[in-house]
Amino acid sequence: MPESSLVKDICSSSVECRTSPLRQFSQSPLPLHRKPYMLSTFCTENNVQECLSHISQEVSSLGLPPVWTESGSSEMNVVAVLNCMYDLIQLHHRGLRTLENMEVEQLKSSSNVNFLQLTSTRLKEQLEQSKRENMGLLERERQLQLKVKSLQNCLKNEKEEVQKLQNIISSRASQYNHEMKRKEREFNKLKERLNQLLVDKKEKKQAIDVLNSIGRADGKRSLWKTEKTEAKHEGEMYKTLLSDYDTRQRELLLENAELKKVLQQMKKDIVSILSSRKPLLKGDKHQDDGIQADSEEEEEVFDSSKERVELYCVHAREKLTNSIRLQWRRLKSHVERLDSQASLAQMGESKNTDAVSRETHEEEMDRLKLEIQQCKDFIQTQQQLLQQLSSPCDEETVSLLSDCYMLQEKERLREEWKTLEEQRKIFERERKNFTEAAIRLSHERKAFEEDRATWLKHQFLNLSPFADSKKPPMSKSKSAFLISETKVSAGSAPENLTRCPSNTTSSTPRCVPLTSPSTADLHRTLCLIQENSSTKPKRKAEHAGESSFFFNGNVPVQHKEWNDSEDHSRHTLTKEKNSSI
Amino acid sequence: MNFSEVFKQSNQLCKVSPDGKYLATCVQYRLVVRDVSTLQILQLYTCLDQISHMDWASDSLFILCAMYKRGLVQVWSLEQPDWHCKIDEGSIGLLSSRWSPDGRHVLNTTEFHLRITVWSLCTKAVSYIKYPKACQKGIDFSRDGCYMALAERRDCKDYVSVFVCDDWHLLRHFETETQDLAGLEWSPNGCVLAVWDSCLEYKVLLYSLDGRLLSTYSAYEWSLGIKSVTWCPSSQFLAIGSYDEKVRILNHITWKKVTQFEHPATINNTKAVVYKEVERRPAVGSDDLSLHNITIGTTLFNTQSKYEICPLPVQLPVVKPDPDRANPKIGVSTLAFSSDSRYLATKNDNMASVVWVWDMQKMSLEAVLEQTSAVRCFQWDPQRPRLALCTGNTKLYLWSPAGCVSVQVPTEGGFQVQSLNWHCSGDSLILLGKEQLCLCYMDTDQEDKFFRTSVQVAGMFLF
Repeated sequence: MPESSLVKDICSSSVECRTSPLRQFSQSPLPLHRKPYMLSTFCTENNVQECLSHISQEVSSLGLPPVWTESGSSEMNVVAVLNCMYDLIQLHHRGLRTLENMEVEQLKSSSNVNFLQLTSTRLKEQLEQSKRENMGLLERERQLQLKVKSLQNCLKNEKEEVQKLQNIISSRASQYNHEMKRKEREFNKLKERLNQLLVDKKEKKQAIDVLNSIGRADGKRSLWKTEKTEAKHEGEMYKTLLSDYDTRQRELLLENAELKKVLQQMKKDIVSILSSRKPLLKGDKHQDDGIQADSEEEEEVFDSSKERVELYCVHAREKLTNSIRLQWRRLKSHVERLDSQASLAQMGESKNTDAVSRETHEEEMDRLKLEIQQCKDFIQTQQQLLQQLSSPCDEETVSLLSDCYMLQEKERLREEWKTLEEQRKIFERERKNFTEAAIRLSHERKAFEEDRATWLKHQFLNLSPFADSKKPPMSKSKSAFLISETKVSAGSAPENLTRCPSNTTSSTPRCVPLTSPSTADLHRTLCLIQENSSTKPKRKAEHAGESSFFFNGNVPVQHKEWNDSEDHSRHTLTKEKNSSI
Repeated sequence: MNFSEVFKQSNQLCKVSPDGKYLATCVQYRLVVRDVSTLQILQLYTCLDQISHMDWASDSLFILCAMYKRGLVQVWSLEQPDWHCKIDEGSIGLLSSRWSPDGRHVLNTTEFHLRITVWSLCTKAVSYIKYPKACQKGIDFSRDGCYMALAERRDCKDYVSVFVCDDWHLLRHFETETQDLAGLEWSPNGCVLAVWDSCLEYKVLLYSLDGRLLSTYSAYEWSLGIKSVTWCPSSQFLAIGSYDEKVRILNHITWKKVTQFEHPATINNTKAVVYKEVERRPAVGSDDLSLHNITIGTTLFNTQSKYEICPLPVQLPVVKPDPDRANPKIGVSTLAFSSDSRYLATKNDNMASVVWVWDMQKMSLEAVLEQTSAVRCFQWDPQRPRLALCTGNTKLYLWSPAGCVSVQVPTEGGFQVQSLNWHCSGDSLILLGKEQLCLCYMDTDQEDKFFRTSVQVAGMFLF
């Protein structure tokens, strides 16, 4: 029995040990009670005592209050037993619960383990695979490395080959060069020899057979070669060179002048633009005060640079370029600001206004941008050209030269046109003078005719007994005649005028600007002559008129003179026509 | 546009005198001088053999006829028909013969470039210039006739000698920094001498008249270099055509590149006008192909052509050159400035049927003329910006800024224009066939109208 109790003790202790954490965990302060009929098979009538002690032992080992005390009474304390029993049952329940929990736990953990195992196997597989892959890669790397090695070898070989070939080439080249030189020398020697042989050879020499020698093209005789001629040649050579440089310099000067003009114009424009910006800037000071400060300086800069445009020295150029650069920067910033403002305004507007206005804005913007670009280009070329002011060494000059020529040409043409216009005016004035003179002449003639008629009539009437009573109607007719005459002359004058230019244009249709001044000159000279010739008979006519008033006796002589003068005038008229055709 | 009747000529020897009054043509061993205006024969000279070269003296008084095979040169006088001069180079042989600018000396280059013999017609004197170099253009006279530059080769080095033509005084003699000098040319104002290296090296050297080296220009290395060099008539630009299919323009102030003109196979430049010659064979229906058509064979073979303006981009025909052969057919071989220096015409050898016209003011491509066959020759009108070209067929092509036109040469028997020459007045053109020549008179009054209207007009028969 003690053995068994011992065993049980061990067993219980083991149980207790096993449950001890649980008990610790769920130790209740409940007092243990004794259980009255705990032992059914275990306890018999005769081993109650033992059982009791055993139980108490057990109970005490379980940490419960003893069920009975040996010394007290043999009677069992029912309450204590019950309590103990209850405790035990509680314990048992708890044990069961924990067991359940444990089982659940175990299930969980086992499933966990399963999962982990699964994952581990999978990972193992992965590992295996990656290992395999790794191996493959390593293998490939090895192969590639081998390849690289072989390629490197190849490269090295090739390089060597190239080197070798280059060496061969260079050696060949030098060889060939050498050979060529040798050959050339030989060739020269052969040439020399051939020359010698040909000179020595008598049978078929070079010869010139001229009937009689001809004079030089310039008609001069050839001169002996002396040091003088040599010096003359040198002198002439340098003269041509000098004249070339001269013309070139002149061209450059012209170009420079032109460019300066453009520059000045541009500067003026910039100044005007920037100055117009100034008040605007003051309005929105908040934008940037830096520019504001600059703008105060700028007037000064402009003025100083304006003065120095005329100067050629290096300092002036530097300053000029600097000032231009400064101005340009300002203009740029100004434009950029305007641009941003415009875009802002546009953005603002786009919300409000319809698409059409935006389009126009865009167009405007594009146009402005284009203009800016043009300005930029212009200024850039300007700067470049300015840099060339003293050292005329740049490529763009050439491209601009041609434009320069064009401008020059235009200016020349304009001048010529002006002179032509002036000449034409003079010519017209003269023509008018002439027509007026002709009109006057005809008037005078008419008057004279009338006078003569009246005189004759007078004579006649004097012969006759009648008195003069028909004078007033005569004077009337005279005035009527006068008007018609002027009309005719007025009609003829424009005809001539219109005809004249048309003729000039038709005669020189191709090169008007070149020849027209000369023809105009011709006209003028002819006109002058004609003026002289036309004034002469006029005077004569006047004389005649006067004489007619004074000398009443010789009518036929006067008449003749008149005809003469008429002929004169007609002659000049035809002459004029000829000149105009 | 009018055409004269056809005259015979041989070796394409036909030249108008410098004063523009006479037309000299060679027919076998005969030299015929005609009046340009009437085309009546004025003089007829008989040479000793078939003429291989003919040239007018600068004063239009003498004509030189060279017979290279016989080593003979005969000079004829226009004023004195019975005057004669015969220069015999003897057994030394004759390679080329030319007038000196004064028209009183004849310069003969002997065979193997042994020497240059200078014969004076005034004094019968002979002078020799040794060591002339055998190259593309080894001799050049300045435009005013004062100076002669001669390329020389001594001791395997290149030299240039500048002579005063007046008395053949050696003015300057200097070594050039070239590997193998290929040519030299005076600027039109006679103050700068351009010297260029052979195609193996891209190098242009510019020397002043007094022998100073002004500048050196090299665009690239290690590749075939210069193919052609031309001065602009105003001396402002030097155009260099090279094997890389580009033309580089140097300016006369810094001698640096102003711009370069490329010759791409595809034209995208929207500012250029591309004229394409389109041939229209007379439509021959199957039932129409009868004796009737064959009898008028000449017109059957004369295909009509016209220019069409191509919309861009345009792909031009390119022939790939054989890289294994020497002197590959690639690169700009021909350059010509118009007389007013405004335009430059170029031809790229691997696009043989295309002529390019560049505007020198805008420095850009102005026009491209794509012909149906390879361009043989083109030349600018000496008075106007007008380009005449021929392609070895029966047509004459003209370009001007106003437009482009192709004109059929209205002659019997298929006159094929091989080459052409402008008369110095620019009013007429001499068209050279294989053994014939004919004059083409420009209608000066109608010219502008003609060009304006005929851009779209197909092959015109203007008699």
